[in-house]
Amino acid sequence: MYNKTITELAKSLHKKELSSYELTTHYLNRISKYNPLLNAFITKTAEQALEAAKQADQMLAANRAGPLTGIPIAHKDIFCTQGIKTSCGSNMLDNFIAPYDATAVTKLNTAGTVLLGKTNMDEFAMGSSNENSYYGPVKNPWNLETVPGGSSGGSAAAVAARLTPAATGTDTGGSIRQPAALSGVTGIKPTYGRVSRWGMIAFASSLDQGGTITQTAEDAALLLNAMCGFDPKDSTSVNHPVPDFTTTLNNPLKNLKIGLPQEFFTADLDPKIGDAILAAAHNLEKLGANLVEITLPHSELTIPVYYIIAPAECSSNLARYDGIRFGYRAKNPKNLQDLYECTRADAFGDEVKHRIMLGTYVLSAGYYDAYYLQAQRVRRIISNDFTTAFKQVDIILGPTSPTTAFKFNSKKDRLNMYLSDIFTVGSSLAGLPGISIPCGTIDNLPVGMQLIGAAFNEALLLNVAHQYQQVTTWHQKIPPNFM
Amino acid sequence: MTLTPAEIIKIGLLARIKITPTDIEKYADIKKIIELAEKFKNVDTSDVHPMAHPHNITQRLRQDIVTETNQRNKLQQTAQQTELGLYLVPTVIE
Repeated sequence: MYNKTITELAKSLHKKELSSYELTTHYLNRISKYNPLLNAFITKTAEQALEAAKQADQMLAANRAGPLTGIPIAHKDIFCTQGIKTSCGSNMLDNFIAPYDATAVTKLNTAGTVLLGKTNMDEFAMGSSNENSYYGPVKNPWNLETVPGGSSGGSAAAVAARLTPAATGTDTGGSIRQPAALSGVTGIKPTYGRVSRWGMIAFASSLDQGGTITQTAEDAALLLNAMCGFDPKDSTSVNHPVPDFTTTLNNPLKNLKIGLPQEFFTADLDPKIGDAILAAAHNLEKLGANLVEITLPHSELTIPVYYIIAPAECSSNLARYDGIRFGYRAKNPKNLQDLYECTRADAFGDEVKHRIMLGTYVLSAGYYDAYYLQAQRVRRIISNDFTTAFKQVDIILGPTSPTTAFKFNSKKDRLNMYLSDIFTVGSSLAGLPGISIPCGTIDNLPVGMQLIGAAFNEALLLNVAHQYQQVTTWHQKIPPNFM
Repeated sequence: MTLTPAEIIKIGLLARIKITPTDIEKYADIKKIIELAEKFKNVDTSDVHPMAHPHNITQRLRQDIVTETNQRNKLQQTAQQTELGLYLVPTVIE
């Protein structure tokens, strides 16, 4: 059962070939067996899962089931889940039981999914390796000495090892796409504003976006059908019609124009990664697409701009963690100021504190104009690069990550770690959708190809990814130790 | 650029994060990230409006009518110290 996609499992459930209770039990057993090794889950919700599975089976029996009824999934521990611990990978929220469900959670619950548990992540979504979690690092199922990527590392590892057929993730600068690439699975970040951020613990409000990590683009389409949509409770939610993403998966790619940014294929790119990406691009050419060289001239500014804007926004969003209304509270403070300072120094991890300090600096008097405001202006210039590119091409293709999965503790230099995001942050700054799909391996470690689309054009991303997955088998591979 | 210990302490105060003398060295590498920003400091942005947000939308407004119910007890369950519906903090004014 674990090697089936959601699409296949849904057919089996509807044909009564198996029950959601059996399926859920199967995945809960896999989690019990393999999670001690991978550390992909922070919380397993076995009782609730089996109860939800029973209800799903009743809906299936009464022929009142939808395409996701009875399908087990996991949620990244950044989404509030009512009555269930929601830690955001942090000691600060180790004691936090969410009093409500995030909108994305409610939508997937309404669609009939069954929650297996909450997945591990870099603390407050800050990281590219899942080495920054209070609950310990997550291991990459392809090589246990390597990272799965981050910050949605738990979700990526769990799907890769088939401890769950799919999981939610969030992506601020690449945190769905990069772990999907390093873990050999399919990860999509929708257009900013597509998926409600209500109940999704905030890191950087103008960048955060919820999305999915699945085995296939087809499965992602099914989940996004349920997750996307206007939410009046999120003031940044965009009221843009949500198409049925499954109906355009099989559109032919004839005459599709695919842009390859010259800045993504420089001499600095690992030639083996470059070869894998270009081989994938040529696969799409054989399906009728045309490859066009384009330029995103300000690409080298994307990392500096992102690492000024994101920490600035994080410093503002994480100001709420003061020990008073929720979360960790320091003991025996001398006074109120001491309570705030000790709570935050004790309970935030190093990376989070660094980003808060950096963000505070760039927003402070005397520096705001030169750093934050200037970064927001250059952000518009970066966004304009994409607008210009999409006048020439329909979709942009490139690597997701400059490396395959790297070893633990190998990127101790903070700046070196930040450079992992080089291919993903630009589209995040512009609010554009992006998907990463497996397209090869190097030394048995997965390589991911990224497709970036124009705003609200997730349908085309999923179409191209699905067509690629019809003629290749990279997405079907399961790490040998988890078969 | 330089980032002096005094500046780090000041940022710590603004960020409400306790900074001990041994922490100062730990935060000194913030300087490297800020130095990255030198790459875009001199880009000509004289005609460019800051992009705070990816979309051309403004804050939605709603009717000024009460729609939410009082859920104080439920929402205060996440707080560690409360009494009579109030959040307890160390004495501020003596």
